[in-house]
Amino acid sequence: MSTENSAITPKRESLFSKNNRKLLKDPLGDSNPITIQVLGICSALAITVQLQQAVIMSLSVLFVMIGGNVIVSLLRNLIPDRIRIIVQLVVIAALVIIVDEVLKAYQPDISEKLSVFVGLIITNCIIMGRLEAFALANKPGPSVLDAIGNGMGYAWVLLAVSIVREIFGSGAISLPGMGQVKFLPQDWFISSGGFYENNNLMILPPMALVVVGVIIWIQRSRNEALIED
Amino acid sequence: MVVIVGSALAYTSLSLKPLQKKNAADKQMVDILGALGVSTTRVEAKADFPTYVKERLSLDFEGNVLHVSTGDVDPVDSSDPFNLDVKKDYRSKRPPSELSFPLYVCEKEGEKIYVIPVVGSGLWGPIWGFVALESDMKTIYGAKFDHKGETPGLGAEIKENFFSDKFKGKEIADSSPYFTIFKGGSDTHINSVDGITGGTITSVGVGEMIHRTISIYQGYFESVTNSSEQ
Repeated sequence: MSTENSAITPKRESLFSKNNRKLLKDPLGDSNPITIQVLGICSALAITVQLQQAVIMSLSVLFVMIGGNVIVSLLRNLIPDRIRIIVQLVVIAALVIIVDEVLKAYQPDISEKLSVFVGLIITNCIIMGRLEAFALANKPGPSVLDAIGNGMGYAWVLLAVSIVREIFGSGAISLPGMGQVKFLPQDWFISSGGFYENNNLMILPPMALVVVGVIIWIQRSRNEALIED
Repeated sequence: MVVIVGSALAYTSLSLKPLQKKNAADKQMVDILGALGVSTTRVEAKADFPTYVKERLSLDFEGNVLHVSTGDVDPVDSSDPFNLDVKKDYRSKRPPSELSFPLYVCEKEGEKIYVIPVVGSGLWGPIWGFVALESDMKTIYGAKFDHKGETPGLGAEIKENFFSDKFKGKEIADSSPYFTIFKGGSDTHINSVDGITGGTITSVGVGEMIHRTISIYQGYFESVTNSSEQ
């Protein structure tokens, strides 16, 4: 959490100034909400069995994050300090309900699989954390970038974990609107005389933790500055 | 602020309602067919439904037939038993004498099968499902359950097939309690199945809803049995 408040500059800056690029890039790597700050783990473990769920979940979180950051950033001078958490909660909760309703209408199957985890976006620490740490102290412009950065930081970990889990766990890849595509030939499987078997452990939640752990491991071994004692 | 949030939510909810209703109806067809052991998708459900479900009945609480619908489901016809909102009825405080209860008479491979919608309470919210009975109106042909927000991994497992498959071949008892769920029930009793470890309240809720609903339909089943004997 070291990037806060660095974006406040008196001068108007271009969209791709150094600060703005930092806002977008840092959460993808060196201050990634999942792998470095270890926030939002609950949903990352629960919904990464299939890629299509992860895609929808990522989009939902991205939407709530951008919406929340912009609204709170716009209201930042109006919100009394003592009730700011309540105001943030109202904003997030309203956005999450909208997402939930839209999913129920347009993606009923995936909405069903995500079940309570869409509602649990309300308590996703990443979103609350960004509102509290960034949007309350910054203009809407940088806040949007911060939201996109963190949302994408969350999304790529989710997508990576779900791709690994779905390929090894179900031998398939799924995308919203496409359904699940099993790409391994059927006669590879032991059940039809082949040599291959899906790894059922991959479907179970603990494996998500292991995969996230591996990502954290790779990331820290490449950048030793991230290693804490 | 409250006004803005309130109106934004109300607008979203209202504008998406028709689509959500259609999805819910599709889902209901998928679940009814699921209880019959027919696996289908949301898209195909509409075509498959009339193939298996021959008659849609609504009954009063004593088992008298109030209304019969056949053919395709009309989503706006409120007299169609398919459109009876059993979940809403369950929540309402109205006595059973004022409610009507849907029953689906289906045919699969020449066998007559009765599908009964059941609604009850789990740990965190409503649970519901469909129980299919064979033509003797005792043996369970299949079942399908779903829930609003039971604990994932525990109570939420009622929607999985491993749980609903245990109901196949079980029987409804002749007297109360018509069906129960308890530990060891699968092996020792013909009128019971095992609950789910860690999901006791949800499991008991499933047993309770089957028992309660079956007791309402008993009147109809008796009248059918009597008329076929005469």
